[in-house]
Amino acid sequence: MLAEFGFGMLLMAFFTGLFSIGAAVYGHFTKSIRWVESGRRALQLTFPLVSLAALSLIYELVTGHFELQYVYSVTSRAMPTYLKITALWGGQAGSLIFWSWLLSAFATAVTLRKWDRDREFLPWVVVVTAVTLSFFLSLSIFFENPFARWWQTLNGGLVMRMFAPAGGILFTPPDGQGLNELLRHPGMIFHPPMLYSGFVAFVIPYAFAMAALITGRVDDRWIRLTRRWALVAWLFLSVGLVLGMWWAYDVLGWGGYWGWDSSEVAALLPWLVATPFLHTIIIQEKRQMFKQLNMILIILTYVMVIVGTFLIRSGLLSSVHAFAQSTIGYQFIVFIIIMLLASIGLLIYRWKDLQSATPLTSTSLLSKEALFLLAALLFGGVFIVCFWGIFFPIISEVVTAQKITVGPEWYKQAVGPLFGTILLLMGIAPLSSWTYGTLKTIGRSGWKPAIPAFFVPLILFIVNVRNVFALIGFTLVAYVASVTVFEFWRGSAARSHSQHENIGRALWNLVARNRRRYGGYIIHIAMVMMALAIIGVEMFQTTTQQSLATGQSIQLSGYTIRYDALAQFPYNDGRMVTRAVVSVLKDGKNLGELYPRYDYYPDGQPMTIPAVRSTLAGDLYVVLVNWENNSVSQTPFKVYHNPLVIWLWIGSFVLIFGTLVAAWPEREPETAWESMKIMPVFSK
Amino acid sequence: MKRFFAIVVLSLLLATFKVNIVSAQQPTPSDDEVNAIARQLYCPVCENTPLDVCPTAACHDWRELIRQMLAEGKTSDQIKQYFVDHYGARVLSEPPAVGFNWLIYIVPPLAFLAGVFLLFQAFRYWRRQRKEQPVVADSGSGQALDDTYMARLEEELRKRE
Repeated sequence: MLAEFGFGMLLMAFFTGLFSIGAAVYGHFTKSIRWVESGRRALQLTFPLVSLAALSLIYELVTGHFELQYVYSVTSRAMPTYLKITALWGGQAGSLIFWSWLLSAFATAVTLRKWDRDREFLPWVVVVTAVTLSFFLSLSIFFENPFARWWQTLNGGLVMRMFAPAGGILFTPPDGQGLNELLRHPGMIFHPPMLYSGFVAFVIPYAFAMAALITGRVDDRWIRLTRRWALVAWLFLSVGLVLGMWWAYDVLGWGGYWGWDSSEVAALLPWLVATPFLHTIIIQEKRQMFKQLNMILIILTYVMVIVGTFLIRSGLLSSVHAFAQSTIGYQFIVFIIIMLLASIGLLIYRWKDLQSATPLTSTSLLSKEALFLLAALLFGGVFIVCFWGIFFPIISEVVTAQKITVGPEWYKQAVGPLFGTILLLMGIAPLSSWTYGTLKTIGRSGWKPAIPAFFVPLILFIVNVRNVFALIGFTLVAYVASVTVFEFWRGSAARSHSQHENIGRALWNLVARNRRRYGGYIIHIAMVMMALAIIGVEMFQTTTQQSLATGQSIQLSGYTIRYDALAQFPYNDGRMVTRAVVSVLKDGKNLGELYPRYDYYPDGQPMTIPAVRSTLAGDLYVVLVNWENNSVSQTPFKVYHNPLVIWLWIGSFVLIFGTLVAAWPEREPETAWESMKIMPVFSK
Repeated sequence: MKRFFAIVVLSLLLATFKVNIVSAQQPTPSDDEVNAIARQLYCPVCENTPLDVCPTAACHDWRELIRQMLAEGKTSDQIKQYFVDHYGARVLSEPPAVGFNWLIYIVPPLAFLAGVFLLFQAFRYWRRQRKEQPVVADSGSGQALDDTYMARLEEELRKRE
């Protein structure tokens, strides 16, 4: 009964979405505010409708209605309730519902705001979000219905349908298959909702951009209205990516957090275009430049959001054959092509209007504008590498009928120098000024913070670091950190001097009054921390694998890992746990015990859970590998030493903090009188 | 046919037996030596999993195969070639730069260079514009907005921001 109800809600949401598109378009052309208003309210109505559908599905999941194929495939009786709830996004059909639900929530949030000043945008924002929402709802209704059930037909066969086939009776399997054990980890439970929230939230700035193109109001109004959306979307996306890394590091047991797997890279694609977008919109706001570029970047972000969802959901990443079997692959391709063509068409139509209105005065190569543009180019380079790395194997499989692998080495060689240069720009751009910049002006403001960075390679060289790339990397990291901290210091010192505030208060006010700028700098510091971890792991990771008897030990990077004991016991959820006890010693001092585990699930799924000892300097990561066919006297251990990796996680917390600072609502815009006060050059 | 098959299987078994005797005389290659090669290979059956970290039983056997081949004195390249011959180029972490696959190495740098060229063009366009419009419309006093002035304005703005 509830399945029919849920499906009915989906259908109603779908038709409401279609109505809202029609009403908004009709209202725009007949200049009828009432029709536009009707379209807006219809879009808001989709939120309770999709919520009811999602809640029905959650209820079916929690109560174990295994006659629903989706419930059968992602839950089992033994699973705890919280996992049954999160199974909503544990499989294909449920994730699509979740996607639609998020989008209807965001669409409602954005249409609830006051629109007095932006009436002309409203119909088109409604249309673009409703089109996207209707597309995803249609996938759920026609192709990946989460409410489809098992039916036993007259000839004894089982079919999966929404409604009973002729003479069919409902079939309820005794238990479900359950969620893959690898995914039962907090990182993996919260990774999809974070990533999807980031994906879906970018639909809003895109909708405003399209509204700007359609209405011809192509000043920076659409950017001012949506920059906070973009920032929050970017935050969700970043956090989603980091959670995925944490899961990989904590569960998969291969010693790393990022393997350049195609599904990882697919999730990175929108991030790589959204990040330069967040920077270049600042320039449009301040200098009325880069309007075309900003449009291109937001269109690309939207398309990559859909492409990313498509890649992960259509099976295309596994193989062309998996894609051929997918029920939603072609629909996605058609939708992506339609949206891309429509966006490009509008962009070409308004191309001339998007040219910089103000005459450009001096724009030199080291001005802020130029450096931001260069950063966008470098991000574009990384984007091209990642895009090609995902799509070339697919093209190659189609053309040569042979699968190829594009592994980490290929990516690292290609993106390493690009990311290095981006890091360098993070150390230069904050020092440069708008419109004007030469080596001299940047040198004048930048020589002080550069000093500490010169000592870094020197010290590292003395302590015997000879890897040239690592020396360059660490120097860059030190330089950017020093420049960024210097910016804080310089700003608060000036404020302290002119406003007679003590330095702590000055720093607080400085950041509070310029949240976007200093929030951005905090994010830069987060990036520097993450870069530190990446350099540490990429260049200095050491590993060894040895089979030990109890009492024996492994030496790695100054640590001694002694194998003390092994125990095997069944756990109450049916898995067989093999748990080793190892002691970590350094310089004769016992630093404590670690417990690497090997879990074997009843369905034959093995899981190697690493034991990790984290310090600010590095992680010791111990794995119990290849446990099968081994004995207590021949227990194989694999040990990794991952220098500095903890800074990746610390950096991600700093990133969250920085983004919140930047996205925190500003006070009311300054009055003309106030802006006069802060510009004494004009008053002379 | 059945008989032929049996003979093949038997001789293969014998061959491994013989290999085992040979390898028994040499020191067994360590796990680290095996992993050094396995790391450069991808599991032929799993999705995107390097062979050195793949937990499946099949991959365990392949690692043992690498160990055996190392014991026989095979080089890293020979072992990799063996895997390519048996399971195709997908076992390599990077496709060989021949034929169609050459495109994977050439397209990103070309696309990036095209981007650099576009950027360069944009700068040239701006510079030309600047030469054509040396006088700033809103200042009214000719060269008033000269470079040092702009720099000072920037500086003050920065201080006050």
